[in-house]
Amino acid sequence: MLKKNPNSKNMNLVKNAIGRLVPTEVNGEKQIPFQGVNKYKPEGFKHAPKIPSNVDYPLDGNKKVASLKEALIKAGLRDGMTISTHHHFRNGDLIANQIFDIAKELGVKDLRWFPSASFPCHEHLIQYLENGTINRIEGSMNGALGRFCSEGKMKGTAILRSHGGRYQAVQDGEVKIDIAVIGAACADPFGNANGLYGQSASGLLGFALADSQYADKVIVVTDNMVEFPCVPWQIQGNHVDFTVEMDKVGIPEKIISGTTKITKSPDRLLLAEMTAKFCDVTGIIRDGFSFQTGAGGTSLSVSMYFADIMRERGIKARFARGGSNKYLVQMLEEGLIDYILDGQTFDLEGVRSMAENKNHVWTSPFTSYNFHSKGNFAGMVDVVILGATEVDVNFNANVVTHSDGVLLHGIGGWQNCLFSKTVILPLPLFRDRIPVIRDEVTTVCGPGELIDVIVTERGIAINPKRTDLIEKAKNSGLPIKTIQELKDEAEKICGKPEKIDFSDEIVALIKWVDGTVIDAVRKVM
Amino acid sequence: MSIINKKVTVGNLGAKVRSDCQVSLELKDTGGIQLAINSKVKAIFGKSIEKLCADVLHFFDIEHAVLELEDRGALPFVISARIEAALKQLIETDKEYLPEIIPENTTESKKEQFRFSRLYLPGNTPSMMINAGIHKPNGIILDLEDAVAPDKKEEARYLVRNALRAVNFYGAERMVRINQLPNGLDDLDFVVPHNVNLLLIPKCESADQIHQVEVRIAQIRKKTGVKHQIFFMPIIESALGVEKAFEIASSSDNVVAMAIGLEDFTADLGVQRTNEGIESFYARTRLVNACKAAGIQPIDSVFSDVSDMKALAENVKKSKALGFEGMGCIHPRQIVVIHENFAPETAQIEKAQKIIRAFEEAKTKGLGVVSLGTKMIDPPVVKRAETTLNLAIELGLISKNWLEEKE
Repeated sequence: MLKKNPNSKNMNLVKNAIGRLVPTEVNGEKQIPFQGVNKYKPEGFKHAPKIPSNVDYPLDGNKKVASLKEALIKAGLRDGMTISTHHHFRNGDLIANQIFDIAKELGVKDLRWFPSASFPCHEHLIQYLENGTINRIEGSMNGALGRFCSEGKMKGTAILRSHGGRYQAVQDGEVKIDIAVIGAACADPFGNANGLYGQSASGLLGFALADSQYADKVIVVTDNMVEFPCVPWQIQGNHVDFTVEMDKVGIPEKIISGTTKITKSPDRLLLAEMTAKFCDVTGIIRDGFSFQTGAGGTSLSVSMYFADIMRERGIKARFARGGSNKYLVQMLEEGLIDYILDGQTFDLEGVRSMAENKNHVWTSPFTSYNFHSKGNFAGMVDVVILGATEVDVNFNANVVTHSDGVLLHGIGGWQNCLFSKTVILPLPLFRDRIPVIRDEVTTVCGPGELIDVIVTERGIAINPKRTDLIEKAKNSGLPIKTIQELKDEAEKICGKPEKIDFSDEIVALIKWVDGTVIDAVRKVM
Repeated sequence: MSIINKKVTVGNLGAKVRSDCQVSLELKDTGGIQLAINSKVKAIFGKSIEKLCADVLHFFDIEHAVLELEDRGALPFVISARIEAALKQLIETDKEYLPEIIPENTTESKKEQFRFSRLYLPGNTPSMMINAGIHKPNGIILDLEDAVAPDKKEEARYLVRNALRAVNFYGAERMVRINQLPNGLDDLDFVVPHNVNLLLIPKCESADQIHQVEVRIAQIRKKTGVKHQIFFMPIIESALGVEKAFEIASSSDNVVAMAIGLEDFTADLGVQRTNEGIESFYARTRLVNACKAAGIQPIDSVFSDVSDMKALAENVKKSKALGFEGMGCIHPRQIVVIHENFAPETAQIEKAQKIIRAFEEAKTKGLGVVSLGTKMIDPPVVKRAETTLNLAIELGLISKNWLEEKE
């Protein structure tokens, strides 16, 4: 039961199509409650940035300014603006913190930070959330920032979107970016940029694509300024206002993500193996199939087992969706995969392969996930292996909060991937003592109707909607159980979880891929 | 008699510790029960943890105490084992706070069952016990001996006891490695009444040691009334043990297997243990021979390089060729490699199937003699073929109904 809190920032709540109470307005902006999968389609025209004219830019193409500070001043940084950054540098990002250091120095207030994701290195920004330089974050929050938000300390209400949802929000004008700052491993003075070459190589810059096209002002920052032309131009200089050269845009060893190693945990490996077996017996692994595995250790290990099966059968995959890493690159080079369609490179092998191999192709949320594209790649993928913090008995899943209610993860491409033909979540039945299958998830991020299979080390539950998979897995020898049976088994071991009390103050909204609100995150008590 | 105003601490705490807890307990004269609980699962299990702590103290009639619990997601059987272990340093009592015994842990094992793999689980590390069974080893070993630090031996006994009752090992034979005698005899009080299937008796050097264990078990049975079958697997770990191999193997009907422990054995010999194992060749073959002579299973030592599955596979093949029928595992990923390589090869299975078909045919025709082609088949050959096929069925290599299926 939600009690009315007089201090609540959000007053009007309505029940959305998945039964969650969500506000109709936050941050002074109207919100549309989730209406069901594929039910909401906005009309009208896409948002357009102001018309620029080339006469306003140097004829010789040199848009270099002396510093990031000068670029931000020239871009007109002022109170209340929306500043966007990308997360290709992951935990090694040195740009976002500098932007807000400068904003603080200039006395600018109430900014909205619109990153494609945030990382623990951005804990530095908590001081600016406290002193009012930043009003709120609209993007994923990990670790300390998530905790800060969960404790209700952020002035504005956070908004979390998927990678595709971020593109959608930019395209339909829900978020108007005033200044986009794009860190690049390689750029020229005109603003052409890529993530392929240089000490801060991140492979590609797909998450900055929308920002470059739709932001009012675009600043490209690099520590590897090359003479024109910088090719390939993953970001086109024709969208760019200013370029800045600095010593370091990222810390290379931290650009490599910590979650992208094959797990050594025997329990997780077993999960991965069971997942691959499931895909094998149900005929998902066949010549010419396609797959995507998430960044978590278990998901990554699944591709190793896929490789074993493909070798044994002498078959190959038409394409695999990245995040790429050395394991996927090995499969490409071994000839087990025709193409990697890559959204982000998780390690240096991914970067190398993308630079060298024409079959390792860079993509963006526009091609892969965007709701306002004329179709996207997500639905073409045969099977996607994803993680989750919790799942409920209706297969609804949570990826952003833990069962204690604290916001600790972003959505990433997770929601978008749910549109693949088969969605499998390999999850331990319980983590320490915390059961993963619940009566109701703490936060709904994905509707159960899009989630097909939950693989746990103690059994596999198939969504009753997928009668085809149920039929195919019947005599496979795999431990097929109902999701209720799995939940009961976990509770037998761990005990029945007690209900948690939340404040009714809403600290964050979870957007669905179409821009509607699927759930709200409450302040923890 | 109880010790007042002395704080004792048991359990594990540390950055990497999961599914465990640390309990500090101090008994008092006054002040009632004071609980200070810090748990990473407090949000969803806080109340039940509090209740459990209070229940355990109440069970032992404690009225005044300060109990601090640092919990990292320990299951209830762990928390109660930790509290009880702390408490028994401060009071003298015969009472035991026992978790419910789950039905899965009331099964008995058989002398002849497969013991290809047995997974060692350190007796004071709950996180490794909880999921051990899902990896499907033939047996799990709750280890009270070398895997437990000397100052943790006592608290491990409570944890192992509770694990034998409360943890589902999904059909694995429940084994406990007790400490070297005489200390190991006291371990028996904690495991014998709780449905342990098999005891590993380390550093065994005489039949007398087996008899000492049997005597103690008989005493415990008399006291508690438990009758559960308990088998033995002595471990030979010294030059003397090797020389006494047959004496030990044939010391009791309850000895169903005998293992060799090569780390200690090579140390006793004063030589380096190598992957080739030339230094232990005599000991291993001697042990195999003694076991076969006594009609029990010879079991090989563990393979310690957990990252090298190829070397493990080679090792298992050699082990099988020497006559061993099982091997210890120290990592769950070794299990499948051990099973696959102890498994009969395809040609062996096919030959066994031909023999059994011929045997069945002879039976239906009422023939006294079984022959395959021009060769007569002796009863032991049929028995071996049966063993091979049972094994193949168990390992999922052939269907249970292979005989009815088309050739």
